[in-house]
Amino acid sequence: MSTPLDTHPDTPGAPAAPAAEPRRDMAQLGLAAALVVVGAYTVYDATTLRIGFGDPVGPRVFPYVIGAVTVLLGGLLVLATLRGDVPEAEGGEDVDLRQPADWVTVLKLVGVFMFTVLTVSSLGWAISGAILFVGSAWSLGSRTLVRDVIVGLVLSVTSWYAFHEGLGVILPAGILDGVL
Amino acid sequence: MDNLSLLMGGFGAVLTPENLMYCAIGVLLGTFVGVLPGIGPAMAVALLLPVTYGLDPVAAFIMFAGIYYGGMYGGSTTAILLNTPGESASVMTALEGNLMARAGKAAQALATAAIGSFVAGTIGTLLVVFFAPALASVAVEIGAPSYFALMVLAMVSVTSVLGGSPLRGFIALFIGLTIGLVGLDLNTGQPRLSFDQPLLADRIDVVVVAVGIFALGEALWVAAHLRRSPAHVIPVGRPWMSRLDLRRSWGPWLRGTAYGFPFGAVPAGGAEIPTFLSYITEKRIAARKGQDEFGRGAIEGVAGPEAANNASAAGTFVPLLALGLPVTATSAVMLAAFQGYGIEPGPSLMTDQPDLVWALLASLLIGNVLLLVLNLPLAPVWAKLLRIPRPQLYAGILFFAALGAYATNLQAFDLFLLLLLGLLGLMMRRFALPVLPLILGVILGPLMELKLREAMAISGGDVSGLWSEPLAIAIYVVVAIAVVAPLAVRRIRPTPAAVAEELQAPADEEEKVR
Repeated sequence: MSTPLDTHPDTPGAPAAPAAEPRRDMAQLGLAAALVVVGAYTVYDATTLRIGFGDPVGPRVFPYVIGAVTVLLGGLLVLATLRGDVPEAEGGEDVDLRQPADWVTVLKLVGVFMFTVLTVSSLGWAISGAILFVGSAWSLGSRTLVRDVIVGLVLSVTSWYAFHEGLGVILPAGILDGVL
Repeated sequence: MDNLSLLMGGFGAVLTPENLMYCAIGVLLGTFVGVLPGIGPAMAVALLLPVTYGLDPVAAFIMFAGIYYGGMYGGSTTAILLNTPGESASVMTALEGNLMARAGKAAQALATAAIGSFVAGTIGTLLVVFFAPALASVAVEIGAPSYFALMVLAMVSVTSVLGGSPLRGFIALFIGLTIGLVGLDLNTGQPRLSFDQPLLADRIDVVVVAVGIFALGEALWVAAHLRRSPAHVIPVGRPWMSRLDLRRSWGPWLRGTAYGFPFGAVPAGGAEIPTFLSYITEKRIAARKGQDEFGRGAIEGVAGPEAANNASAAGTFVPLLALGLPVTATSAVMLAAFQGYGIEPGPSLMTDQPDLVWALLASLLIGNVLLLVLNLPLAPVWAKLLRIPRPQLYAGILFFAALGAYATNLQAFDLFLLLLLGLLGLMMRRFALPVLPLILGVILGPLMELKLREAMAISGGDVSGLWSEPLAIAIYVVVAIAVVAPLAVRRIRPTPAAVAEELQAPADEEEKVR
């Protein structure tokens, strides 16, 4: 639930909301398009399945229905959008919707996370996890680098040992193999 | 009284020093995570799932029970001290709770919330003890067609009754159903929507979905809109209540419990409606007595909704244990957790694994007691958590989300999936798509397909097999009412959310409901 002030258009696609003109969220058309694509692909994917024996429903029916309805929902969303349906973006404790969205920070976080995905097997959790923490904190505006590095290392090394000793889950040690 | 002796057996299994320690750790961890801003109980349970890996099921359940209640209580602490409900169920608590806190009565607000949660949780769990086995014994007789109908009911009610916009609810539901399709087809063993990836053919782990949508999605969404000026936290001492506060609270506690439990126990439940009803009732009663403090911080307005919230949370265990149907985000995550232990909630659970069920119910009661014992003295510590600098807080959430998703299978690919699902969660928040229908779609979709095929195989491919049982027909009638009724009601009176907004408007604060 948000006050009208909060649903400020935060995408370049949305018009700057002059009061006279009905406000539309054009970015929502992108979501509608994505739904149509996903739904259509679901239906296509189902056509490639072989039908088994003694199974009157078969593996295709469910994806057919889900895909078709998803396409239909995409269409309905287009109609709703053109008729001026604007989403009430979700608020929260630390969310300030009066500012335009800061997609750069999101991109930085995605980059940091992607780095962790690619390195966790080779560098090991202790290093990759610490980089994830430090990189995320930095992206979110922290400038206390030394403290973050210490906190990140403590978190990742502690969690490595906690999972190793307490839960019997062996996270990869990576380049620290033998050290930990 | 048979149930009571079985429950005693559950206590016997649970009450060992080791298990009590797990329960206490669960309560502490659950409250710790639940208090953190931006984390509701569902996310708390999802984030803490990996901690229970490697424990045997009984110990894990006991820890869950602690995490569950701890997460719920943590959420109301945040609601009272920050005026920012972590989920729709604590919107009503935040209204009067925050006003009390601002009037210097934060300690009493937290105390009535904690004791009210305890009272409602205990009564609610005892009611589960009596209702769930009865329902389960009926449920064993339920055939595939009726079971299929029940799942349709759960999906339709969660999607169209609870959310603000049915269209968005259904979009979320079908995204969830699509995610549920990924992986091997149950009957023919062919991979669907797997892009020739063997790791996708294994199906997407529900825990990864939940952590991705709740935790990563929330962190990314906050990153896009991070409030530069920190929220105002009201300092608090040790919670306590005067005798007068107690006298004013017990009525609302009991009435809230009475509202909350039935709504939690039916598959169209949720805590939004009972907390609202409780709030309105207490306001009317206070007005009739001529001591209406509502709008200035009335303790009844905290005690009632908080009890309703917890009683409803306890009530959700009835459909969860007896039918395998989750109706709230938190119970959906709990269901995923059970499945992780190879336990399939549903009609046969009570007969197949009675020890586990009674141990779980006993641990819920113990978790409730420990919550009260631990959290009253610790409240000032929890309040300090609200001051953690935001960059480190959300970096920490990302860290633990990654750890949880990775520790499940030790596959870097799961981390990649987690990121994709986090971006999906970000998009859902941007476009105001509700999260619960999606999670429900992921969990119930595959089960629904299984039951559909079972029903059709019995009827030999005849579609009419779907309504061959009287119960199935009755459920479809309820589904039809569930679809039509909200449309009719919406014309007559505004939704609880709209009223909440109206009440909140003078406070001139941004607010979140979903």
